[in-house]
Amino acid sequence: MSNGLRLVWVYPDLLSTYGDQGNALVVERRARQRRLDVQRVDVRSDQPIPTSGDIYLIGGGEDRPQRLAAERLRRDGGLNRAAANGAIIFSVCAGYQILGHEFINDLGEREAGLGLLDVVSTRGEGARCVGDVLADIDPQLGLPQLTGFENHQGVTHLGPTARPFARVQLGRGNGTGDGTEGAYNDTVFGTYMHGPVMARNPMIADLLLKLALDVNALPPTDDRWYEALRAERINSATQPA
Amino acid sequence: MAGNTEPLSPRAKLAVTAGKAAAAVSRAAGRGSGSVIGGRVALKLDPDLLGRLAQHLDVILVSATNGKTTTTRLIAEALRAAGPVVSNALGANMPAGITSALAGGSDAKYGVIEVDEKYLAGVARDTTPKVIALLNLSRDQLDRAAETRMLAEKWREGLSGSKAVVVANADDPLIVWAASSSTNVVWVAAGQAWKDDAWSCPSCGGVMQRPGDDWFCGECGFRRPAPSWVLHGDYVLDPHGSAWPIHLQLPGRANKANATTSAAVAAVFGVPPQVALERMYQVQAVAGRYDVVSFLGRELRLLLAKNPAGWLETFSLIDPPPTPVILSVNARGADGTDTSWLWDVDYTQLAGHPIFVLGDRKLDLAVRLEVAGLDFRVCESLDEAVQQAPPGRIEVIANYTAFQDLRRRVGN
Ligand SMILES: [Zn+2]
Repeated sequence: MSNGLRLVWVYPDLLSTYGDQGNALVVERRARQRRLDVQRVDVRSDQPIPTSGDIYLIGGGEDRPQRLAAERLRRDGGLNRAAANGAIIFSVCAGYQILGHEFINDLGEREAGLGLLDVVSTRGEGARCVGDVLADIDPQLGLPQLTGFENHQGVTHLGPTARPFARVQLGRGNGTGDGTEGAYNDTVFGTYMHGPVMARNPMIADLLLKLALDVNALPPTDDRWYEALRAERINSATQPA
Repeated sequence: MAGNTEPLSPRAKLAVTAGKAAAAVSRAAGRGSGSVIGGRVALKLDPDLLGRLAQHLDVILVSATNGKTTTTRLIAEALRAAGPVVSNALGANMPAGITSALAGGSDAKYGVIEVDEKYLAGVARDTTPKVIALLNLSRDQLDRAAETRMLAEKWREGLSGSKAVVVANADDPLIVWAASSSTNVVWVAAGQAWKDDAWSCPSCGGVMQRPGDDWFCGECGFRRPAPSWVLHGDYVLDPHGSAWPIHLQLPGRANKANATTSAAVAAVFGVPPQVALERMYQVQAVAGRYDVVSFLGRELRLLLAKNPAGWLETFSLIDPPPTPVILSVNARGADGTDTSWLWDVDYTQLAGHPIFVLGDRKLDLAVRLEVAGLDFRVCESLDEAVQQAPPGRIEVIANYTAFQDLRRRVGN
């Protein structure tokens, strides 16, 4: 076993429907560009979640796989143990809802989550939120503007120990009408942004790496294509079609 | 069954005539072939028209996420050995387009019809098909379509009670789930390279086990049925175990799979596999796909790939490195406006090819390729990409509207 950085991609068989695997690819790539020894572990839902990972990524998925994933993660308990060990966890959409206290499953029932984020999700009454999003990330995190693509019907309410990850300028985010998007605490993050979000916001990947490595800065990388894509998406979101 | 057993009612005749007139107006106005608008007018005048037109035909429906247009062409060619065929060969695969296509074939014996996945159950109800061919189901146009398992469930409900022979791909668990409500299924081992939409059991949600080419659910016993037709390399194995060579002008494993399914469909109508497969050789290109065109003094092969499963099959058929590859991606309405599917495609398979990137969403593609660790060049136009490409035939892979843009540019 290497003692490098362990990156765990949770349940690709259930929660990898919207290209969120891209987040794992971006984190892995950016770690390697910093010459970090990184080991990516993909964990299928019939395998135990390793508890010794440094960064865990969990993606979006449809309603039924989301329920199956929540059932299996609760039964397994590994992700909660990893979180208790201080692991960094980043989740998207269905995965974000699973990390909260509860969400509405495909049968229309309340389904218990893992309680790793102080949020509760319900299903929105209105139309599905689909489209480009522009948001300001919580200034405490010191990151530039967030650009993403949302495609969900969820509404996520934040409790007192969860901070909004961002505030939307365009788009719906948490769907609560208060302009919040996503949630985080010291080590656990959740967002509704697909895209995948790190392809458009590689600084989020760097944030996770810095938290996992407990460093303040990372060597620079050549980010011209990310920058070009960001500029294009931000521009296109702010220009009426 | 086929032939003119019952003439069209005056109302149906009027609807067909009105539809044709509308199509002619649409053509004259330069809005494409006019077949869809014609069908829409006709269906409005006579909502039962589709069923009435189909009454005079032996109907074969073809549906899938990928390969339905090509397979429809292959089946049509094969069945012409047994009688005249009418078909929506241009891919207008929703009820209006299908109605319009059938209205043009009053003397046909067979109606070979491509059906959009979302409309299959309804069209199957309206047209009382003899055969329904189901090829594969995978993620496509994510922000518009229902999830794949829901689609399989709808098929399953729609097909239960149908008298049609269902010719279905035994290698795609979602297809097997959809087909297994039918009483009369011919299973075809046609393969399915893409596996990422069927890791969880469509029946019980258990984790699917997939040793080699086999698959089964460890929890409920749902498993791959024994196929009676098999694609084996370049051969079709028929239910008697005889091997028939596949000779196609169309490239790739996926088209051999389509030919295998088509041979199984033709056999239902008494066309022997040898005759069916020989006739399929005549199919050269389908709506411009696989066409080799000359442009700026270079040879370009045009390949359409609309979703991750399609890209995977396309990578497996292109010429090896150092063949240059041009990739073009848009995200307009017909493509789905979300580009996140790019991350489900394993672009590392293009390592060694000189790569040129264009299309409305070339920057999304550039980041994707950068993260895959590939060298590539971003170009403003097809002309620029072709001029920069090193010698040799160029493989051009594009998604839906990007493909249409390319065809227009090369005058194809
Ligand atoms: Zn099962």
